[in-house]
Amino acid sequence: MSEDLNKTAQSQQAASATPAAKPAAPAAAKPAAARPATPAAPAKPAVNEMKPKQVEAAKLHDELKRLHDQEGMDFLLSLTGVDREDDGLAVVYQLENTTTLKQAILECVVTDRENPLVPSAADLWNIACTYEREVYDFYGIKFTGHPDMRRLFMREDWVGYPFRKDDETEKNNPLRMTNEPLSDTTTEYVLTEDGKVEAVEHAIFQEDDYVINIGPQHPSTHGVLHFRVALEGERIRKIDPVLGYIHRGVEKISEKMTYPQTLALTDRLDYLGAMQNRHALCMCIEQAMGVEVSDRVQVIRTIMDELQRIDSHILFFSCLCQDLGATTAFLYGFRDREKILDIFEETCGGRLILNYNTIGGVMADIHPNFVKRVKEFIPYMRKNIQEYHDIFTGNVIFQNRSKGVGVLSKEQVISFGCTGGTGRASGWHNDLRKLRPYAAYDRVQFNEVTRTEGDSFARYMIRLDEILESLHIIEQLIDNIPEGNFREKMKPIIKLPVGQFYSEVEGSRGRFGVYIESKGDKSPYRLHYRSTGLPLVAVMDTACKDNMIADLITIGGTVDYVVPDIDR
Amino acid sequence: MKRAKIKSIPYEEFKDNETYEKLVEELNAGGANVIVKKLDDLIDWGRSNSLWPLTFATSCCGIEFMAVCAARYDIARFGFEVTRNSPRQADVILVCGTITTKMAPVLRCLYDQMADPKYVVAIGGCSISGGPFNKSYHVLNGVDKIIPVDVYVPGCPPRPESFLYGMMQLQRIVKVENFFGTTNRKEKDPYKVEAEIKEEHIYNQEEQA
Ligand code: SF4
Repeated sequence: MSEDLNKTAQSQQAASATPAAKPAAPAAAKPAAARPATPAAPAKPAVNEMKPKQVEAAKLHDELKRLHDQEGMDFLLSLTGVDREDDGLAVVYQLENTTTLKQAILECVVTDRENPLVPSAADLWNIACTYEREVYDFYGIKFTGHPDMRRLFMREDWVGYPFRKDDETEKNNPLRMTNEPLSDTTTEYVLTEDGKVEAVEHAIFQEDDYVINIGPQHPSTHGVLHFRVALEGERIRKIDPVLGYIHRGVEKISEKMTYPQTLALTDRLDYLGAMQNRHALCMCIEQAMGVEVSDRVQVIRTIMDELQRIDSHILFFSCLCQDLGATTAFLYGFRDREKILDIFEETCGGRLILNYNTIGGVMADIHPNFVKRVKEFIPYMRKNIQEYHDIFTGNVIFQNRSKGVGVLSKEQVISFGCTGGTGRASGWHNDLRKLRPYAAYDRVQFNEVTRTEGDSFARYMIRLDEILESLHIIEQLIDNIPEGNFREKMKPIIKLPVGQFYSEVEGSRGRFGVYIESKGDKSPYRLHYRSTGLPLVAVMDTACKDNMIADLITIGGTVDYVVPDIDR
Repeated sequence: MKRAKIKSIPYEEFKDNETYEKLVEELNAGGANVIVKKLDDLIDWGRSNSLWPLTFATSCCGIEFMAVCAARYDIARFGFEVTRNSPRQADVILVCGTITTKMAPVLRCLYDQMADPKYVVAIGGCSISGGPFNKSYHVLNGVDKIIPVDVYVPGCPPRPESFLYGMMQLQRIVKVENFFGTTNRKEKDPYKVEAEIKEEHIYNQEEQA
């Protein structure tokens, strides 16, 4: 465990050792520096505390460009907006170099609440386009030079910016039962020479585009997702995803909850990664408080995470088959999934929403049957994977529909930040369990499955192979679950020290991160989840371009997004 | 009094029989022709055993719905397995998952597109009251604010058994309905009420302008 912590600490040091984080940047003299009073320095700084470098809005783009071009920061991990009330609105950038794993964290604060302007980074990272739209939607920060400054989640006729602390959201937005307006144009805010801002209109689709709507109620979109698809014959020209049909405002309602209460919502984000999501949040809180959980907890959490991953991948397989018309395979998948759910149910009491991890450990010790059941499950699942290959993988129709369809290059997946199986199918080594091992991953042997084709078939195979790897991990741990507490004794009221904290885990479909900004209260000042699904939807336009409309289903199925996790 | 019989579950074991009896009473208030009633029974028997649900899942509860459709719980035993993707062909809409304010008009539209007689089952805390998210600015606190609901199935998510139990409750309702000559829907359509309020609002605004 201590070794594990050290590693994280090292990576943090590595991050702060980058030039980006050089202390006392001149910009700090600006009001940007008006951070909450100096934190009462804890005895030992939290391993996951972030020390962002302050950058002025005017210099932000140059700085980002320098980091992108010269320091090779090709992966925009996360972009978070924060409302600091009197101190202005902040945007936090987390960048990573995918080869050296160096990180850089920047923060830009603008004090103008009426018309906050920040230069856009959409020209550097593709995913910035989507993240910035999210920040605009929540905080009203306009990104100058962004080609498509529309709301991302809310309706276009929404009034106000819901994440601002002073927004009267409920008052301004009664339930609207009229059909949603969807405009055909979008706005770009251009900064002119003399410092003025001009709004320029762009058309979203071309004049002669034939646009059809897929969703929000469509069985193959895996939830309520809406694509506006421009077609040329049967070929896709452009996809414009319309999100927010399941935007539940999780991050905002968390701000009014105590830390233990916020845990409940993580399971419901990406319900196929319930264990991992909650693990991430618990880990973030624990690390920020300096709590060390026992070895037993680390191992239990690891096993549970892997079981959850298998569960998720089986569901992926079943749904993909179902969408492509293979109903039998669907039934096979669900048959095996029930076995995992049985194991979960015995220990956690729930089938889908598990509520198992908690701050300082897990809710209850494992069930006496747990080890036995898991051990029975491992050979059973190994055998059945073969069956999956027999009934579906070799199928000619499936092969034709997936090989060479929706190809994504490595550069593309990195630029879009598509972590998880989708990234690994294109040859990007992004498995956090290998890169920065947490929990008990440093004591197990396993392979990071990667492929290079980047097509739908590769994405499919990756997930089936990962099931085997997960089984292998569980096999190594299940016999030596160490003795110890299953939960540390925590204070009845949990408060985090002042500061910004970030922790992440490898979720079922990518890197799931938790950003907490704390002012020392018993509820988070800002809680942001790095969604694993948002980049996956953002990449759909690129992946589907020039493919047939029917392939949209295959591609959407294989990139494997879960919609409530996208919308949060 | 007429009571629907559900195989393997005795009448007494159903919860909330009072509401059910009240409904039956209401339906039979006018009395009925013997022959028509017999025909009704026949048709209701057929209908109740082949309710076609619309696949409508917005979030977590939808995954449990898939589990109910799969081999272990096998919804096909009761004749509900023909899930339809088009509302035009569906008899019942199972609202599985959170309904946000952005989704609300879409749900209403789907409901309006379904052909009568149609039923709504609200599944899970979210569709009953907003569930864990009921303090959110973007979540509808209960689908019964926009569409009339026949059966509520609580849980987060409900266990597959509860799904099936809820569907059987619906079967009981279907089995006592009159098919010929009368309309059955007794619940107030919340949307109609809402629409009136809105019209008034628009009217007021126009007047002010
Ligand atoms: S009731 Fe619970 S399980 Fe169902 S959609 Fe709501 S949060 Fe998810």
